[in-house]
Amino acid sequence: MLTTENLPRPPYGTYHDWYASQDTAHLIRKTQDAENIFRKTGITFAVYGHADSSEKLIPFDIIPRIISGREWRKLAQGIEQRVLALNAFLDDIYHKQEIIKAGRIPRQLIENNVAFLPEMIGFKPPGGVYTHIVGTDIVRTGEDQFYVLEDNARTPSGVSYMLENRETMMQMFPELFTLNKVQRVEDYPRLLRQSLASLAPPGCKGRPRVAVLTPGIYNSAYYEHSFLADQMGVELVEGGDLRVIDGKVKMRTTRGYEAIDVLYRRVDDDFLDPLTFRPDSALGVPGIMDVYRSGNITIANAPGTGICDDKAIYSYMPEIVEFYTGRKALLENVPTWRCSEADSLKYVLEHIEELVIKEVHGSGGYGMLVGPTASKKERAEFAEKLAAKPGNYIAQPTLALSTVPIFVNKGIAPRHVDLRPYVLVSDKVKIIPGGLTRVALKQGSLVVNSSQGGGTKDTWVLED
Amino acid sequence: MLGRTANGLYWMFRYIERAENIARLVDAGLRVSLTRAGSSDEDWNGVLESAGVREAYDTVHSELTAANAVDYLLCDRNNPSSVMSCIEAGRNNARMVRTALTRETWEATNEAWIDLKARLSRKWKAADLPELIDVIKHRCGLIRGAFHGSMLRNDLYNFSRIGTFIERADNTSRILDVKYYVLLPSVSQVGSALDNMQWESILRSVSAHRSYGWVYEGEYQSGNIADFLILNGRMPRSLAYCYAKITSNLGYLAEDYGERLKAHETADAIKKTLKPDAIAEIMDQGLHEFLEDFVSRNSQLSAEISEGYRFYQ
Repeated sequence: MLTTENLPRPPYGTYHDWYASQDTAHLIRKTQDAENIFRKTGITFAVYGHADSSEKLIPFDIIPRIISGREWRKLAQGIEQRVLALNAFLDDIYHKQEIIKAGRIPRQLIENNVAFLPEMIGFKPPGGVYTHIVGTDIVRTGEDQFYVLEDNARTPSGVSYMLENRETMMQMFPELFTLNKVQRVEDYPRLLRQSLASLAPPGCKGRPRVAVLTPGIYNSAYYEHSFLADQMGVELVEGGDLRVIDGKVKMRTTRGYEAIDVLYRRVDDDFLDPLTFRPDSALGVPGIMDVYRSGNITIANAPGTGICDDKAIYSYMPEIVEFYTGRKALLENVPTWRCSEADSLKYVLEHIEELVIKEVHGSGGYGMLVGPTASKKERAEFAEKLAAKPGNYIAQPTLALSTVPIFVNKGIAPRHVDLRPYVLVSDKVKIIPGGLTRVALKQGSLVVNSSQGGGTKDTWVLED
Repeated sequence: MLGRTANGLYWMFRYIERAENIARLVDAGLRVSLTRAGSSDEDWNGVLESAGVREAYDTVHSELTAANAVDYLLCDRNNPSSVMSCIEAGRNNARMVRTALTRETWEATNEAWIDLKARLSRKWKAADLPELIDVIKHRCGLIRGAFHGSMLRNDLYNFSRIGTFIERADNTSRILDVKYYVLLPSVSQVGSALDNMQWESILRSVSAHRSYGWVYEGEYQSGNIADFLILNGRMPRSLAYCYAKITSNLGYLAEDYGERLKAHETADAIKKTLKPDAIAEIMDQGLHEFLEDFVSRNSQLSAEISEGYRFYQ
């Protein structure tokens, strides 16, 4: 919040004055209020492998993260460029594969990748859109320096927290919203519905029927699935509700089977269709891929999009952006060593104590090593795994991540954060101003994942 | 509306209703043990039977004691009909149909679960029981209140109501059937202390001991008690009242969907057996036989509703 001269950074000016007039005990009470609101509403997530504590709250911090309009415009441009490139890339690798032919990406990296779906080759999804919803993870390292950590292009989660965090802040501190002009995020569900409906299959007559597909109440993100369905005013369906009848995907209603035009699925590719992918999946719909390929349903995001947010592909993002947009990427990529390459592997093993090493297919902050904070033993064990299967890993330098203030019992303390803005793609790209800020609550920690003790806070983009 | 959603609402309200009914049964059981000199743990036999868990109880406990029976009925997760299990199952169903519920209804249900789960997981002492039972009733009342005050009167509402009244009819008929013999005119000694106590206990388990006094002017009479709980259309836990609600809600569905199903015929047929002046006839034919038949037709109706409205397939 402060500059090097110990003055509030400009976007925090108004907030800083307000904060100075608040009583700490009062703010501690507000933090408890927030927790009660979340618990009562059932805004919880499941941590797998914990039977007793099957539903957990994500800690919420009451100090908003504030971004100026100017900073945001710059970020948004970079995100838009990147998302357009991702879609162009997907279209290309499932059709002409020009980027491979041009020698910019190795063929085996695509075709041997489990996230690449041969079933999608030669198929154009409705409207040519692959990634309807993207969550781009961004970190800041300096005043004007942003890095993209990850492009979540499969089924990015967390948007319900963005919305509930705002709701909670407005309920608890209404005066802050008259003091600051904060850009709206509340339109997200409406925009999402519009965006999904606009990409209904060409054969769909009348108002498209949209539904959200969830794995069910035991899924860690179930709250979000029900929240989004509710806010959009569409059915929340499970695999067991759906059946392919007469070449359409239909849901079982109390009056019989009714067709669905657009399915926002929160189920991974593998589980989507037991006839095409994992035969043991009970979460999907047998035959849905045939319906999809014959153009009778839109699946969002399209199957096979995972190939573009794979961590091994990530290191090629600067090339990908340049190849499809003809311009240098506006947002920087974190320098990445691909351990599959012998030189890189050697470098990584020699500098293991400086690097963050991640599994190519891992997520949720699992299966990674943070070199500088790991013990000698942990590093040695990890080095063995790495040497055994180098192709499974990438390494990145530990960035000097910016910190933002959070509220602790003694007042304000700095913590590392990242930011996940949400992007909707239809015939245009819409970026919701703000996003989900995740905080590493442990002092000094760089891991922001909720499954690893991370929290969240409201994110403000000011109008200026 | 999804068939699974109708199913979820139906069972959510069945479980909430059951939780409340079990709490009433325990309340009546405690009352008996308080008021009757020389009362024995055996009195809990009838309570467990009314709750439909007499045999299941034996698989967990080797002997029948008041403390074990109360614990089994309120807290034991091994008992699928315990208040604990019902609240959890009700809330799980609510979570499944979260998009069909108003925020108020969901929050009342979620808060009931948070509060009761904490209370029912603690070791209780006999002195805590009155408060515990009150809280269960309050929590269920809050869910009902939020539901009535905020839900749209559409098919979602109808399935929820049908669940409530199928469950309630099942409960009331079981309570009567377990004690049917004390209601038979041949064995009753009008005015004897034992009968008065038994009758009061029946009325208490459906929270009707006060209203009975108003409707039948005081004196306990077996025929009147049966009449009140089976045929009185003003008594909210009577079979007749339940079936008036079930048939009207099924009627709205038929109107909405433009289709009458087998369930409609069955519900109408059951309702016909509950005519206001039929108590003498029922007693003549045999109260036990009547109730047994009612319980089985009530479950048959439940199955027909699940099938007709595609709850499962």
